[in-house]
Amino acid sequence: MPLLTVEDLKTSFHTREGITAAVNGVSFRIEHGETLGIVGESGSGKSVGCYSLVDLIPRPPGKIESGKAIFDNTTDLLSCSHSTLQGIRGKRIAMIFQDPMTSLNPYMRIGDQLIEPLLIHFDMKRKQAIRKGIEALEEVGIHDAENRMRSFPHEFSGGMRQRVMIAMALITEPDLLIADEPTTALDVTVQAQILELIQREQENLGMAVILISHDLAVVSGFCDRVNIMYAGRIFETGPTEEIFYNPQHPYNRALQKSIPGLQAKGEELYTIKGMPPDLSKRVTGCPFSSRCEYAVDYCSQEPIRLAETSPGHSTACLRVQKENLTV
Amino acid sequence: MSDYFLEIKDLKTHFPVERGIFFRHEVGRVKAVDGVNLSQSQGEILGLVGESGCGKSTLGRSILQLIRPSSGEVMLDGKSLTRMQGEALRLARADFQMIFQDPFASLNPRMTVLDALSEAMLTHNKALSEQELKPTVTGLMKRVGLSPQYLRKYPHEFSGGQRQRIAIARALAVNPKLLVADEPVSALDVSIQAQIINLLAQLAKEMDLTLIFISHDLSVVKHISDRIAVMYLGRIVELGPAEEVFSNPLHPYTKALVSAVPTADPHSERQRKRIILPGDPPSAMNPPPGCPFHPRCPYAINDCSQTLPAFDSLDGSHHQASCIRLRELEPGVPNQA
Repeated sequence: MPLLTVEDLKTSFHTREGITAAVNGVSFRIEHGETLGIVGESGSGKSVGCYSLVDLIPRPPGKIESGKAIFDNTTDLLSCSHSTLQGIRGKRIAMIFQDPMTSLNPYMRIGDQLIEPLLIHFDMKRKQAIRKGIEALEEVGIHDAENRMRSFPHEFSGGMRQRVMIAMALITEPDLLIADEPTTALDVTVQAQILELIQREQENLGMAVILISHDLAVVSGFCDRVNIMYAGRIFETGPTEEIFYNPQHPYNRALQKSIPGLQAKGEELYTIKGMPPDLSKRVTGCPFSSRCEYAVDYCSQEPIRLAETSPGHSTACLRVQKENLTV
Repeated sequence: MSDYFLEIKDLKTHFPVERGIFFRHEVGRVKAVDGVNLSQSQGEILGLVGESGCGKSTLGRSILQLIRPSSGEVMLDGKSLTRMQGEALRLARADFQMIFQDPFASLNPRMTVLDALSEAMLTHNKALSEQELKPTVTGLMKRVGLSPQYLRKYPHEFSGGQRQRIAIARALAVNPKLLVADEPVSALDVSIQAQIINLLAQLAKEMDLTLIFISHDLSVVKHISDRIAVMYLGRIVELGPAEEVFSNPLHPYTKALVSAVPTADPHSERQRKRIILPGDPPSAMNPPPGCPFHPRCPYAINDCSQTLPAFDSLDGSHHQASCIRLRELEPGVPNQA
């Protein structure tokens, strides 16, 4: 029984320039304790998709057009009441954001922010919550936690702030953690620390993690399964090994080929020509077809849908589905 | 005369930190660049890597005299840039240009591509006439892979990658010999990154540009550079041929850096051991005594906090590092699958 099942999620933004279909029919599921990676370039809908699930899309201009998100087999996150969602968000589903600089309140002491979820969701006494807060800070490797509870965010470095964010997200022992580019703003050596921390906590708490990232390399070592997104759709999904060693969608293949480091020195890097499509215009057929080196006539005409090609591994490429194309 | 095109000798850039409202007084100095020696031959691409706050951008700007260094010397093609002043420096700037990280901030939103590019040209070549200008700009746009039909468009009409192309064109408009690119692809998506890296590598070759490529991303730097310099807390801790530094790092900091770079390969990612460095880099205002890396270094011994290690190589080659345990440590990244 999956922890979360998302079906046909569509989110769009209604602006003066027109309707932008940021997420256009996305379905996926995540099991208890599983790690799912969502990879895509900016504008591919990877963040908007996850924010839609916990009602963090500004409405207007955002609008969830359709879809279901069944959490823990009972609640549909997209249609449940505001108060039901409030009981889940921040308690059973926690989030970490990219920029620990802007996601902490600069006017509040770290301790006060940290224990807020305990006071709200568990009606805990302040004293007890503070004790738990100190434990949580120690758990994520912040020394001198008792004194640090009284510090303000600006007194912490970027990596330390992200640790505080993680402590805050995990203090309610959630079932699902959504981590949106948690290490993008950090240095590589700090990135390694933070990823290891998330992994360790995941094992301790047995929670499921959705890792949103633009970095294939980060995802490859961290996730059990990966969704590759492009232009608001899932292009390929499957176990991590399959996605990396047996890529089926030309976009996934091209993304991996364009990572520097694989080519011999002095060789040109592989590039994907052109740019991602403008999502405020209606795209017929496969949105990648104009950039795809394998595209044929029907690619730009027929609608795409995700279909299983081998057990657990699905792709949305029409040519793979019809002609068994290998990329 | 030396054979090097660019020579940096003991360059220091310190920023004073002041306190007080009525009596401003200096309470400390941020030693952003603290004694950098570097030489580069013409046409060479040097990658400068390091974490945020290590001083790599300040070094880039100090070389180009966008920030005047506190001491030391920068020699370009036999001329000392650090001694140049006023008009002489302004005129000399045609020889060295810079590309910045954020193509959204580095272009004037009220200038069309034509305005932006011709401004750069006219600044250094006043004799250029209207008739000559347009074809030159068109040629430049083609060179960086932009269609000349965009000549009269404004920056907001372009994507990030295209804007970075405009920024590159603007830097190249004056035919510079030295180009400093400060994180030129960090703000771009993977698929666009590759396009810009290819463009820079190709232009550097065509125009015999001496290029300093500053980035925090080791895999990008490894791909484009001939040599790599690794910076930590205002100093260069390791310098050598790109392949060598990557596959055979000498300095413990470089080892940690290389081991922390993830690769897009699930099997090797799961097996490999990372050197996880404790803590964050120390403040550049009061760097630790001795080797600045010793508080985080897994190989540190007592002597490390006493003396600042000199630059040395294992076998007299060009691959050098500043670590007193250079000869004791096993080269390469330990425990790597």
